[in-house]
Amino acid sequence: MNKLIGAAQGLGAFGLDPLWLVALKAVGIFVILVLVTLITIIMERKVVSWMQMRVGPNRVGPGGSLQSLMDGVKLALKEEIIPRTADRAVYWLAPVIACVPAFMTFAVIPFGPEVSIFGTATPLQLTDFPVSVLYILAISSIGIYGIVLAGWSSGSTYALLGGLRSSAQMISYEIPMGLSFVAVFLYAGSISTSEIVAAQAGTWFIVLLLPSFIIYVMAMVGETNRAPFDLPEAEGELVGGFHTEYSSLKFALFFLAEYINMVTVSALATTLFLGGWRAPWPISLWESANTGWFPMIWFFGKISVFIFVFIWLRGTLPRLRYDQFMKFGWKVLLPVSIGWILIVATARASRNIAGFDTATTARWLLIPLTILLFISWIFEEVKNRRSKRDVELVEDEIAEFDPFAGVHPVPPLPGQVTKSEKSALQVEES
Amino acid sequence: MVIAFWICAALAVFGALGMVFSKKAVHSALFVALTMINLAVLYAILEAPFLSMVQIIVYTGAVMMLFLFVLMVVGVDSSDSLTESIKGQRVPALLGASALGVILIGLLGNITMTNIGFDQAYVAYDGNIDALAGLIFTKYLFAFEATSALLITAALGAMVLTHREHAEKPLTQRDLSVLRFKSGNHPGSLPSPGVYARHNAVDIPALLPDGTMAEISVPKPLAARGAIRLIDLASKDEVQALNRGEAVITSQSTDRVEE
Repeated sequence: MNKLIGAAQGLGAFGLDPLWLVALKAVGIFVILVLVTLITIIMERKVVSWMQMRVGPNRVGPGGSLQSLMDGVKLALKEEIIPRTADRAVYWLAPVIACVPAFMTFAVIPFGPEVSIFGTATPLQLTDFPVSVLYILAISSIGIYGIVLAGWSSGSTYALLGGLRSSAQMISYEIPMGLSFVAVFLYAGSISTSEIVAAQAGTWFIVLLLPSFIIYVMAMVGETNRAPFDLPEAEGELVGGFHTEYSSLKFALFFLAEYINMVTVSALATTLFLGGWRAPWPISLWESANTGWFPMIWFFGKISVFIFVFIWLRGTLPRLRYDQFMKFGWKVLLPVSIGWILIVATARASRNIAGFDTATTARWLLIPLTILLFISWIFEEVKNRRSKRDVELVEDEIAEFDPFAGVHPVPPLPGQVTKSEKSALQVEES
Repeated sequence: MVIAFWICAALAVFGALGMVFSKKAVHSALFVALTMINLAVLYAILEAPFLSMVQIIVYTGAVMMLFLFVLMVVGVDSSDSLTESIKGQRVPALLGASALGVILIGLLGNITMTNIGFDQAYVAYDGNIDALAGLIFTKYLFAFEATSALLITAALGAMVLTHREHAEKPLTQRDLSVLRFKSGNHPGSLPSPGVYARHNAVDIPALLPDGTMAEISVPKPLAARGAIRLIDLASKDEVQALNRGEAVITSQSTDRVEE
């Protein structure tokens, strides 16, 4: 039955590997991820120091390139301190829960096309199934437990606040992230990663679905707790946030998980929007660019561009205030992505049902929509000005309204002006 | 498949029992999460990949996370009290539970399930997800829309019930900063011993660029107690000399301090 489903979905190349090849691929992915983490950490320190006009690490290895390896060894050998108030079992479990899902998500990321490993033809991807992007979402939602439980089990206020923040943040930003995938699914006609890459053989989805890509990039920074959205571990407010009480190897596991998650969301962005392992334009003119082992170069090249952007953001932007950050997620990203999905779905339906091409759809969809938005904007503006003028007119005539005059506080009736509103108006005038 | 079933089933039952018997609320929530993940694996074994993933995303990722969010506030060192609040309830409860168990095992154990239309849907719609989408959005469209209307009503109801009208408009960041400057107090954080200070001890005031002392840099209780140590005037001259761009060689290595 499994083979039947696979064949029906165009996933016939998967699920046929011999056991030794599956083990080889799994170990390969593990080794690649650990190496990429080491490289990312040293790259981050070097790039940030370059942006801040410092030298950065330059002692260990050529140009300081082995610094992160040494730091890893040092972290593992450090003394471990467990707080007396900690819930031991959960405290021990939390870094494991944070770390294992980070590795698991990479199982469905396609690194390249079909290659030959020791004479066996196989795709450069551990496995794939009809719902692999949903699998990534599911596994990363388990990874959040690690951070939340670390915050709770430490028995410390700072860590608890960090854990609470991260659970609220991750739930809020998972929704726009999931919604940004919907447009990709609609265009690719599939939820499996290898088929989404195959669907981008002509044009990459970043060209067709730029708003989705922008929403995804913002959500992915929020999902990975990176600056400027690193509120769960805000040093200025929470010492270290959820990992305040962690030390030694357990802290190293959180560190590892954070960097692997960075690589994972970058790989997912590459797969969904930047054509996966496909070569970028001038190189793609060379015929064998998309065959054999070469695509791994393009794939990791694209990932490192994303990592660079992560570091760039960290070096440039100050941290957001928590309430502004939540407001941005729920009141900006969410409505914008729902509106965008509506447009994409309409365009797809008009093409599939009525047979309009993209240009016609855009003309008939975008022009009326723009006019409608413009009219509604003018309408709102006129309404706002009128209400402001009304308030100004009555301001002098009506005595200040005190909501707390009676036993229960009551909101002002239309025409009544409270003290704070009046002072706000005066501020605007001056 | 059978081996996987027995592993997952045992883990799911273990999670359920752990949920009932653990004393801390957060532990119970974690055991429920374990049960749900194992149910998801069971769904995956039964060739329902979409249901399996949605089970993890919705129940483990969203619902249990919200539960945990609330339970976390309870704190790490509190646990439920096990004193019996309703007297004499244990024996009847145990009897009722075992009766329910007998009925459930007797009924459910005798049911044999045959799947109807499963294979047809797979063949007709070309795979699991396509079959689900095809059936939900054609044959069962009305039920689907009715359910979504119910969910939206519930969400709106929750919003209406928790909505709170402010009696006065909350002050914005701009209002607050205007108030801060209008009040006439020092608007920012108080100065700490700065670059011109000879000491960063808490009882020695910072020096301003012109060499005078910034007395607000000493905490008020210390000043009230008279425990403030003033800087000698020589350093004032040095600061002014430094400001003019002249090199200054201090005559003494230690600071002279007056009471």
